[in-house]
Amino acid sequence: MPTDVERWKDEIYGNDIREHLFRFAEEGWDAIPDDEHDEWFERFKWWGLYHQRKGQESYFMMRIGTPNGVLEPGQLRTVAEVADEFARGPVDNPEFGAAYCDWTTRQSIQLHWIKLEDVPDIFEKLEANGLTTQQACGDSWRNIVGCPVAGKDTHEHVDAWPVAEELHETFKGNDEHSNLPRKWKVSVTGCDQGCGQGDINDLAFEPAEKHGEIGFNVRIGGGLARKEPRFARDVDIWVPEEKATDVAAAATRLFDDHGDREDRYNARIKYLVDEWGAEKVRRVLQEDYTDWDLESAGDDLRDQYTYNAGGDEHGDHVGVHEQPDGNYYVGLNVLVGRQGVDDVFELADLADEYGSGEVRLTQRQNVIVTDVPEDDLDDFLAEDLLEDYSPDPHPFMRGSIACTGTEYCSLSIVETKNRQVRYARWLKQNVDVPEGVTDFHIHLSGCTASCAQPQIADVSLRGMKTRKDGDPVEALDVGLGGGLGENPQFADWVEMRVPADEVPGYIQNLLAVYEDQRRDGETFREFIARHDEADLQGLAEPEETSYEDPYMHNTKMTWYPYADEDDMDASPAPTDGDGETISADD
Amino acid sequence: MATRLRLLDDAAWVSVNDERAVGTSEVWPVADSFCSCALAWLVVEAYVDVGADGRQVEARAHGHCVSCGEAGTTAWLPVGRVTDDGFSDVTGVRRSRQGSPASACCGEP
Repeated sequence: MPTDVERWKDEIYGNDIREHLFRFAEEGWDAIPDDEHDEWFERFKWWGLYHQRKGQESYFMMRIGTPNGVLEPGQLRTVAEVADEFARGPVDNPEFGAAYCDWTTRQSIQLHWIKLEDVPDIFEKLEANGLTTQQACGDSWRNIVGCPVAGKDTHEHVDAWPVAEELHETFKGNDEHSNLPRKWKVSVTGCDQGCGQGDINDLAFEPAEKHGEIGFNVRIGGGLARKEPRFARDVDIWVPEEKATDVAAAATRLFDDHGDREDRYNARIKYLVDEWGAEKVRRVLQEDYTDWDLESAGDDLRDQYTYNAGGDEHGDHVGVHEQPDGNYYVGLNVLVGRQGVDDVFELADLADEYGSGEVRLTQRQNVIVTDVPEDDLDDFLAEDLLEDYSPDPHPFMRGSIACTGTEYCSLSIVETKNRQVRYARWLKQNVDVPEGVTDFHIHLSGCTASCAQPQIADVSLRGMKTRKDGDPVEALDVGLGGGLGENPQFADWVEMRVPADEVPGYIQNLLAVYEDQRRDGETFREFIARHDEADLQGLAEPEETSYEDPYMHNTKMTWYPYADEDDMDASPAPTDGDGETISADD
Repeated sequence: MATRLRLLDDAAWVSVNDERAVGTSEVWPVADSFCSCALAWLVVEAYVDVGADGRQVEARAHGHCVSCGEAGTTAWLPVGRVTDDGFSDVTGVRRSRQGSPASACCGEP
């Protein structure tokens, strides 16, 4: 029996949703029939709009997909202007103010408190500046990720940006591929460091050499969600650069035909690869979806991968780095990936003044200003904004990544971003960084959807609940030792249901044990890998400390966790286009 | 009029008549043999099924007991009731009835 979602998609989906979206925007929130809310909110995702959680009805999260994280000159300012004018809610966030932009782990942008009535004006402004929300969510080709400095990286073997750009142009708005069984996430890597994170995507292109030519090996079936993480499987295919789009189309058609549309929990292609095995995936691709002979895999560069590899690594793109053209790119740390709108405007100004105006987003929720001439570097680095968004941040500030959490997201079990900000500050003030550690990643995801990519962090945190002193409280499962590199490894979950206010103490104790017991030159990841599961479970103890957590109550059952009156009954939602509460009697 | 029931948001919510009605992340006291505890304290991580028996809405939830760590899927448990004024959710100790609700709805993330 087809699922409700498949039935709704059969009726209206893809590009056709837009005219309905605009009609509802024109007529107002109330125009959406009460008995069609679920189906329209499901469809709106295809145009990048997620209905915010219970208590925030009529407000949407809007995601803007920026392929490979590239914001061309002028586009960051456009994003800031949209956030400033349209992404303001009824209550300020105590850490980030009234309007802000989120940079995501898939190199996209998320804005909150978007009203349906404003969508046409927002789309007009975005599209006039080459930006779109199309397919940022929904069962479609999502934003294409890759090396954020593609084309500007001295480690590059092939410039991945034209490939990513061609994929983007081919598959965005393409009716033939607009209704897939589930989301479809694609990564293109061009460097020898592995920073495209291909291993955790549905379809990955990774640099490889064959016949003396650099092209891509293809991997399929990676992903982190639902406590079922998978690394993308090697399907033994190499393609030259000019064939990447063709093989991507073939893989997409295979997914379209064979992905499970009866069970959305089993729909991602990782489950099909589990069922078939990589060999069958390759055989079916060859026999049914391609009209040329697929080449076997070439010599890859995975043994050189240093990105998130746990050692003397290239853990992110923060810092000052020379480009092949002699200019520099400067990666700036954005704590938990959220930047107040005034700072975004200033960043756009600085990118214009010192660089080419281009800004890029990384898969570590950071930003990169590119094309800064050497002579201007010192002046740029002396700018006040870089005190808050540092190219040389403290390791705990640098490694803090968090998803949206219960502030807006329906899926999350716990508050995340503001909590992770508080964790990072407390750790910085109270915990000694072990000698030699410059990059220590703590990723906090509010649920098993894993938007903060917790399984590939040094310390993985995942939203949970427990009882403390007889009361339910927000808690986190703790995992250790995840990372990518030549031998990628998902974290082992070693401490379950740790009350959220005891997590900083756990990390403090854990790092003390590491400092005390590590062998000469042993990295944190090697230290964790040396221990078996039983040892890891007793390695350190959670502990209350001076850290205070204001979000221990059930933030999901508030209408907004930072409101003075946060009870669900105090919610002003739903509201009309002017932000005025719509009475239930209307 | 029939009550529309489905699971939304990767099964994080039970939707009743197109409104998110019952979410995950609650900790429920469950007085059934979910685990070896006399009273399980179940953290609900996802819903597996939702159905109705008359006006009573029931669901099977996946989660684990925060006291002993046992994980699994519950029997059908009441989650709320559809009234003339809307939906009211269940509070207090949950107990399952024998059998399935009369009209079950398939899961829908």
